[in-house]
Amino acid sequence: MKMLFKGTEAIAEAAIRAGCRLYFGYPITPQSELTEYMSRRLPEVNGTFLQAESEVATVNMMYGASCTGRRVMTSTSSPGFSLMMEGISYMAGAQLPAVFVNVVRGGPGLGDIQPAQSDYFQATKGGGHGDYRMIVLAPHTIQEAVDLMNLAFDLADKYRMLVTILADGMLGQMMEPVEFHEMRDLRDMPQKEWALTGASDHKPRKVTSFDIDPYELEKMNLRYQATYKKVEENEVRYEEINTKDADIIVAAYGTMARIVKTTIRMAKEEGIKVGLFRPITLWPFPYKRLNELADTVKNVLTVEMSYGQMLEDVKLGVNGKANTPFYGRSAGVVPTPTEVLEAIKKIMVGDLNGR
Amino acid sequence: MVDKAVDKVIARMPKSLSGKEFTYCPGCHHGIVHRLIAEVIDELGIAGKTLLVAPVGCSVFAYEFFDLDGTVAAHGRAPAVATGMKRALPDRIVFTYQGDGDLASIGTAEIVHAANRGENITTIFINNAVYGMTGGQMAPTTLLGQKTTTTPYGRTVKANGYPIRMSEMLSTLEGSAYIERVMVTTPQNTIKAKRAIKKAFETQIKGLGFSMVEVLSTCPTNWGMTPIEASKWLEENMTKQFPLGVYVDKTKGGN
Ligand SMILES: Cc1ncc(C[n+]2csc(CCOP(=O)(O)OP(=O)(O)O)c2C)c(N)n1
Ligand code: SF4
Ligand SMILES: [Mg+2]
Repeated sequence: MKMLFKGTEAIAEAAIRAGCRLYFGYPITPQSELTEYMSRRLPEVNGTFLQAESEVATVNMMYGASCTGRRVMTSTSSPGFSLMMEGISYMAGAQLPAVFVNVVRGGPGLGDIQPAQSDYFQATKGGGHGDYRMIVLAPHTIQEAVDLMNLAFDLADKYRMLVTILADGMLGQMMEPVEFHEMRDLRDMPQKEWALTGASDHKPRKVTSFDIDPYELEKMNLRYQATYKKVEENEVRYEEINTKDADIIVAAYGTMARIVKTTIRMAKEEGIKVGLFRPITLWPFPYKRLNELADTVKNVLTVEMSYGQMLEDVKLGVNGKANTPFYGRSAGVVPTPTEVLEAIKKIMVGDLNGR
Repeated sequence: MVDKAVDKVIARMPKSLSGKEFTYCPGCHHGIVHRLIAEVIDELGIAGKTLLVAPVGCSVFAYEFFDLDGTVAAHGRAPAVATGMKRALPDRIVFTYQGDGDLASIGTAEIVHAANRGENITTIFINNAVYGMTGGQMAPTTLLGQKTTTTPYGRTVKANGYPIRMSEMLSTLEGSAYIERVMVTTPQNTIKAKRAIKKAFETQIKGLGFSMVEVLSTCPTNWGMTPIEASKWLEENMTKQFPLGVYVDKTKGGN
């Protein structure tokens, strides 16, 4: 049965159905409805909601909760995500699973509260210190956000990694009919042999991101790297639309990809065949498939609500096989389908001139 | 094994210590306090349900010294980590062990709000008036006039303000259920310190709220003193700025 839900609230409900009963968070626009929904809903399902004193405290509460083996999450927006970077690095080092939702807004600094995609680097390339990775999922509809929430918790537990849902204010604030998955049975949650629950039935366990001996710390790091490699091999996700015999391929994710879908229809009416390559996992990024597609077109246009962040990954994927032009607006300004179409036309004209 | 050769065992390694050799300097009080905590945990029979949150500081290895499930928090964040654990597993005993740089400087927000929420955790706070681990720099608790590696001419009010009194400050918060300041310079006051630590854990077991024991401690290495001189300096100087005593005790009146 489909229900009409606001993006942020749908994500919250999906998390609870995925077995999350612990939420820590600090209010920030444009995602406070998620926090508020959790404060209402978690007590109904015997869960725990706690409003922390800051995002610094939030992420450390998540660290503590995750140590016990239970599913935990938070949601925030850009400035809050920045404050969480310290804890994210510690959690990555301690191999603690958890799910973060970053409803990205315009930056840098206090920025504004409008939708943006300018935290791509921070989410996919680090932001905290050390050689760590985080799985980054980018939904483009509320239904997809709901489905990915379930996956996010499973991936986090399976790999003992952090998973971030990278959304934006547009996705967070809109309403759409969604179908939820069934409420997961808590008894089916994965058993964690490393969890700190009190050493009554096991030898004392230690969960840390720390070893003073560089050779031991190197071993820990090599373990992280081995995990990351497995994720790169098994968890790449993307969607393709009309990429077969396209005149041009547009690479876009999240809300921007949704806008490009409209552009595709508009372009079709004008006789231009536009293909869409939409990464769903921003890390691991679908380099391989993009590289194959780059053989089939002259241009792979990256469109983002930033000044060109995913563009760098697109370039790595295309690897010189095609041109990699860019169109983007940021700071909370969202490109329209028409603007994207104009950008496409300019490139195509350039193409013709070049011939 | 040794037991057979002796008539009577007066003291032995507490079960809740792992037996791993301490990394502390001679005359450092960290080790004494570790032992007291382990004895208390043994006596209360809670080892199997106790979780430890070690800090960043000289006691960063505490998670290895105790034979308990444990972790290391980021610098100053132990109260938030402990909060997450306690909220996830409310029937476990959770304690943090923190230095004065950790608790009274970088982690002030976390300790204040944990106490204010009446978070049902226990904090053992080692106040040695310096940053031990990083080489004896000024702490918020450094005494006026005290020379450290970042106050080479002595701490002044003008530049650094006054030494912060955490036990007094936290005792103004209604979430605090038990707060006492102790020291371990002599056998007598070590016994008192142990009693305070036990009371703090009992406060948590009873579910009364936040409990903390502040232990005035030595750092002979960074103070540039012998262990005996350091104990004497502590008694003569630190206790003036940081008076010993019970600041909050809600264990008697129930909730
Ligand atoms: C974010 C961060 N800043 C600084 C440090 C460096 N650092 C490590 S321990 C420490 C001070 C420890 O002093 P205290 O808490 O008093 O513990 P002690 O060593 O005296 O027992 C500092 C500043 C760090 N590890 N992390
Ligand atoms: S440096 Fe100071 S606090 Fe650290 S172990 Fe040595 S004496 Fe103890
Ligand atoms: Mg200190």
